[in-house]
Parts: sequence; structure tokens; C-alpha cells
Amino acid sequence: MSPQDNYESALEGASQQVASFEDERKGAVARFQSLLHRFPAAVSLIVLLVAIPVFGLLIDREPLMYSLGMVDLEDISNSRYRFFSLRTLSFILDQVMIVGIVGAAQALVILTAGIDLSVGAIMVFSSVIMGQFTFRYGLPVEVSVVAGLAVGALCGFINGFLVARIKLPPFIVTLGMWQIVLATNFLYSANETIRSQDIASEASLLQVFGKAAFTIGGDAEGRGGANFTVGVLFMILLVIGLAYALRNTAWGRHVYAVGDDPEAAELSGVNVKGTLISVYVMSGLICAFAGWALIGRIGSVSPTSGQLANIDSITAVVIGGISLFGGRGSILGMIFGAFIVGVFTMGLRLLGADAQWTYLLIGVLIIAAVAVDQWIRKVSS
Amino acid sequence: MKKLLAGSAIALVAATGAAYAGGHATSACLITKTDTNPFFVKMREGATAAAEELGINLLTFAGRVDGDHETQVAAIETCIAEGASGILLTASDTSSIVSAVTEAREAGLVVIALDTPLSPIDAADATFATDNFLAGELIGAWAAASLGDAAADAKIAMLDLAVSQPTVGVLRDQGFLTGFGIDVGDVTRWGDETDPRIIGNEVTAGNEEGGRTAMEALLAVDPDINVVYTINEPAAAGAYEALKSVGRENDVLIVSVDGGCPGIQNVADGVIGATSQQYPLRMAALGIEAIAAYAADGTLPQPTEGKDFFDTGVALVTDKPVEGIESIDTAEGTELCWG
Repeated sequence: MSPQDNYESALEGASQQVASFEDERKGAVARFQSLLHRFPAAVSLIVLLVAIPVFGLLIDREPLMYSLGMVDLEDISNSRYRFFSLRTLSFILDQVMIVGIVGAAQALVILTAGIDLSVGAIMVFSSVIMGQFTFRYGLPVEVSVVAGLAVGALCGFINGFLVARIKLPPFIVTLGMWQIVLATNFLYSANETIRSQDIASEASLLQVFGKAAFTIGGDAEGRGGANFTVGVLFMILLVIGLAYALRNTAWGRHVYAVGDDPEAAELSGVNVKGTLISVYVMSGLICAFAGWALIGRIGSVSPTSGQLANIDSITAVVIGGISLFGGRGSILGMIFGAFIVGVFTMGLRLLGADAQWTYLLIGVLIIAAVAVDQWIRKVSS
Repeated sequence: MKKLLAGSAIALVAATGAAYAGGHATSACLITKTDTNPFFVKMREGATAAAEELGINLLTFAGRVDGDHETQVAAIETCIAEGASGILLTASDTSSIVSAVTEAREAGLVVIALDTPLSPIDAADATFATDNFLAGELIGAWAAASLGDAAADAKIAMLDLAVSQPTVGVLRDQGFLTGFGIDVGDVTRWGDETDPRIIGNEVTAGNEEGGRTAMEALLAVDPDINVVYTINEPAAAGAYEALKSVGRENDVLIVSVDGGCPGIQNVADGVIGATSQQYPLRMAALGIEAIAAYAADGTLPQPTEGKDFFDTGVALVTDKPVEGIESIDTAEGTELCWG
């Protein structure tokens, strides 16, 4: 081979470095930014971990000082822990339960760069189906539960079909579905409430999510202790299960790929339409489980419940650092986001603040979370 | 300009409509906050029955959700255009609706506020409503009498309606405290009381979910609460679930207002100690009769003596009557219940 033919030799004088995505800036801020890029749930976890001791110090200052021997009992007005108590913990868990479950459904959809406005309506309608099938038609409660779950999944399938096959924007599809399901819910139920006592005596399976799975502390009858309900346990297992599936299964990676860039995903051989439909069906099914859990939480079947579940779930997802543009974020972040809302709500109430302050602070958190998301995105651009 | 045009168009339609209706049967409108709440469903039943009996043509309208003001305004405009003799209205937004109501009255319709007074109350020709203050007073007095000496160191949770303090919620709340024997301070607002027996006020949106969450918040503030006032029976059912979760459902007195059938059943089952029952059916039926009277000879309905509205009655429902407070039992309450 003559030197003239050796075209490779022209490279000898050039840089040998391969193109790389290594971050050249080594400042602390840049490293933090890059950390957040890799672990988007970190921001919400940090906020949560800061909020808990801050509220604790504000609310339980006196009993804390007393416990540490800094003050005498007669110098303080209250020696009972209100925030750092098992009971408050179980209240917060119970209050987060519904938002946490619905939030999981919402997170899946948002990861595909969609949004699901119909989650709350599907949840309530499923709970009404479970209740009315049992009490109006006298079906066995197990059949009613399966019917309720099926209806939830069906609503999700219709959403998914319209989004994936007919190519309608998710916002519009689920806006329409929200109205349709809610109206159907009111028409079908005639807004009749099924009482907690009737359900407990005839169809207690419907309330299973409200039963205590185990109790920490308290006396023999569980009084004064913290109840971990079946619903809370379900929420935690659901989130862990989904987090695993999203991270470690082909389906999960496809969900991220579809959310990040559907065309690129399609070209790489991902079944984009199938993945989208599966996500919406899953979302509907999870919402139906949330409807079942809702009966456990409020005892009765009430068609007027859950009106704000769609907004609350989007709030949890956004505060949890899941990008509304799809393809990035962790479902664990969603659950931290839900807990942030729960801790702020309970904390501010115990501080005696007007309920509006809670909404104001949550509004600030939402905007801050999206701003942080935009800032993190600069790492990749 | 657009508004002015629309206004004159409506006035024009109203004038022709009224002339047109002259030779026909009397018609009346019923406009409710929603058509899903059993309370309004019962109201429509009462109005429909009374209208049939009197040969009146009844048109019914409802907002899509509680707070849907625009739909109610459109409904009033439709009624003016239709040439109805009168409107029965439960307003979602009691002050904003006044301009539409004034328009209707100027067009010659009689407007009767049902259940919810307008602000100001004289913006309507008449108001047919439950005395919500009295409804609260009855359960307050019953709770105090049931507790006896223990009322002096009761720990009271107040589960109210909404942060915006709608009048119905304020009246029931302040009535309850008055009946219980607690100084209410400013009677037009809840939450300004200084009596240490009140552990706190929380809002429930009047449903089970809100009732439970609110009760949990107050139990976190003080786990020894033993009296719970609730704005309505769904909120009471939610509060009961929260109490049950901490094993305190049997040693807390819950009182409420409304008289819906599930609520009365809860009184019978001991979930709620006592509730004040109101009568939407009677409210609407009386309203239709008043419109018929107005259409016949222009008679305007008169308020109950000593009150600025026509009192459609309220009864205390409990199976544990106390001396000195008139009440009916749950069997009678069930016959009269709605929803």
C-alpha cells in the first residue's frame, strides 16, 4: 500500500478523542445538576426530607425541648407530640394513599408525554360500579369488583385507542373522557350514596383497602397506634412494582423510549402504538383499583368523591420531578411528591394556618419543580 | 356594547315572549345548583308534582356542578324569553346572580330564592328556606343537653363547608355554637370564637372524603375530641370513618344537618347522634303555589313573621330525645326524608 493510498494517515495530526457526553464543567452546581439529571427523584426526596424536620421543629418544639430536658413541664403549654406521632404518621399515609395510587397511573401516562385528565372520574365510576352491581343487582361482591376493574381498564383502553390509533392529542381525549365518565357516573348512580354500614354488613370485601394490615404501637385494641392499612401497603407495593417494571423490563424501557421520541422508538423497532395502548389500559386499571381503595378510605360509595383527583395526581407527578415532556422521571419521585403534599397539608393544619396557605405553597412547589426540570434538561442539550 | 346589544335583544325577546305567553297556560322555571344532588332531585319532584296539580308548565334547569354560575344566568335569560310568570332559584353564586335576577324582575317575573338566600336577601321577591341557624341551634342544644355537666369541658371539632364561608355553612355553625352555649363573637363568620372547648374548624366540601380528612386533621391536633359538629350527613359519615380508624367511634357525639335518607339511617344506626331535617319537597311545592298565586292576581309571597324569609320548617331527628327539646324519631324522619 503506497503512502498516497493510506487515507487514514491524514488522521494522525487530528484529535484522537471520540465524541463524548462527559460533563467538562466540574463546579459543584454542575455536578449537582448532573446528579439530578441521573436521579430526577432526588429533588422531591430532598424537599421531603427537609420539610419533615422543619415542620417537626415548628409544631413539636415544646415536647422536643421537654424530652431533651431543656425545659420543665410547668414552663410549657403542651408536652404531647402532635407531628412526630404515630397517629399523625398513619393519617398522612392514609391521606396520601388515593393520590399515590392515582398518581402511579398518571405517572405512566405522563412518561409517554401524554396526560390523563380522566383518572379521577374513572376511579369514582369504578367504585360506583362495584357498589351498585353488589347492591342494585345483588351480584356477588367478587364479581362486582372484577366488573369495576374491567370497566376501569376499558375506559383506559378507549383512551389509549384514540391516542395511539386515531392520533388524537391525549389532553383532548382524556378531557372528553373525563366528562363522559363523570356524567355516566352521575346518571347511572343517580348520585345515590351507599352507606358504610350497609357495605360493612353485606359486602365488606369492598372496604378491604381500609382495613388495618398491621398496627404499630397503641394498646390491645390498636388505639393510639399507627394503622398501616391494606390500601397504603398496596400503594407502596404498586409503586415499587412499577418502578421495577419501568427500569428493568423491555416494556418499561419502551415506555421511556416512546415518551422520549416516538419516531426514534418506532425506527428502533418499538411497537409504539401497542406500548401507548398498554400504558392507558394500565392507567385505567390502576384507577379502578384506586376506586376500590377509595371505598376503603371513605367507607361508603359516594359518586361525588374524587373530583380533584386528576389535578392532585398531576401535582404529585410534577412535584415528583417527572417531566411533562415525557421520557424522563421516576415513579418514586411521584410518591415523594404525593408525600410532600401530604406533609405540607397536615403540617400547615397543625400549625393552625389557613387552608389557603397549603394551596399557595403547593402552587409555588409546582412551578419550582417545573423550573428545576427545565434547568436539568440543559445537561442533555 | 356587545353586552348592551345582548341585553336589549333579551329585553325584546322577553317583551314578545311575555305577550305571547299571555294567552297560554302559566309557566314557571326551577333553576337548581345541580341536578345530581338528591336534595335538588327532591326539590324538582316537589315542584313537578305541584305544577301538574295546578296546571302550570314547568321548565327545569340546573348547573353542571355546584358553582356553575354561567349556566344559571343563561337559564334565567331563557325563562325571561319564555315569558314565565316566575322563577324558583337555588343560586350557586348568591351575589353575582343578582343582576340577572333584577333583569327578570324588571321583566315582570316573580323570583323566589329556594334554600339559599341571595345576597342581599331582598334581591329576590321572596326566599323560601330552612332556618339554618335554627337547624344548628337544635343540634347544639341537643348535644349540650345530652352531655349534661360534661358539656362544660367538651372538646368540639367543627367540620364546616368551605373556606369561602357560604352563608348556609356559617348559619348552621353559629347556630350550633349558640345552641351549645358558646359565645360566637361575630355571627357572620365562623372561626373567630375564643372558647377553648373548640379544638378547631376544618372544611369538608360537604362530602365523605372531606369529612374524613378534616376529622383526621383535628384528631391530630387533639385526640380527645368528644363532640363533632358536621355541616351535613355525608361529612358526618366521613368523620365517623376517621374516628373508627382510631377506635373512638363509640365515645364521640356526632351531630349534623340535612335529613337525607342515608343520614337518617345513620341516626338510627347510632353513627350520628342527632340531625336537623329540612324539607326540599315542601320548599319547591310552596314555591310553585306562590308563582301560581302571583300569576293569578299579582299577590307576592310574604315572609314568616319575625324573619326575612319564608320558613319551610326544620325538625330535630334523634332516637335519644332530651327533655325540653322537641324532636321526632328516626321512623318519622325516614318517612319525611329525601334522597
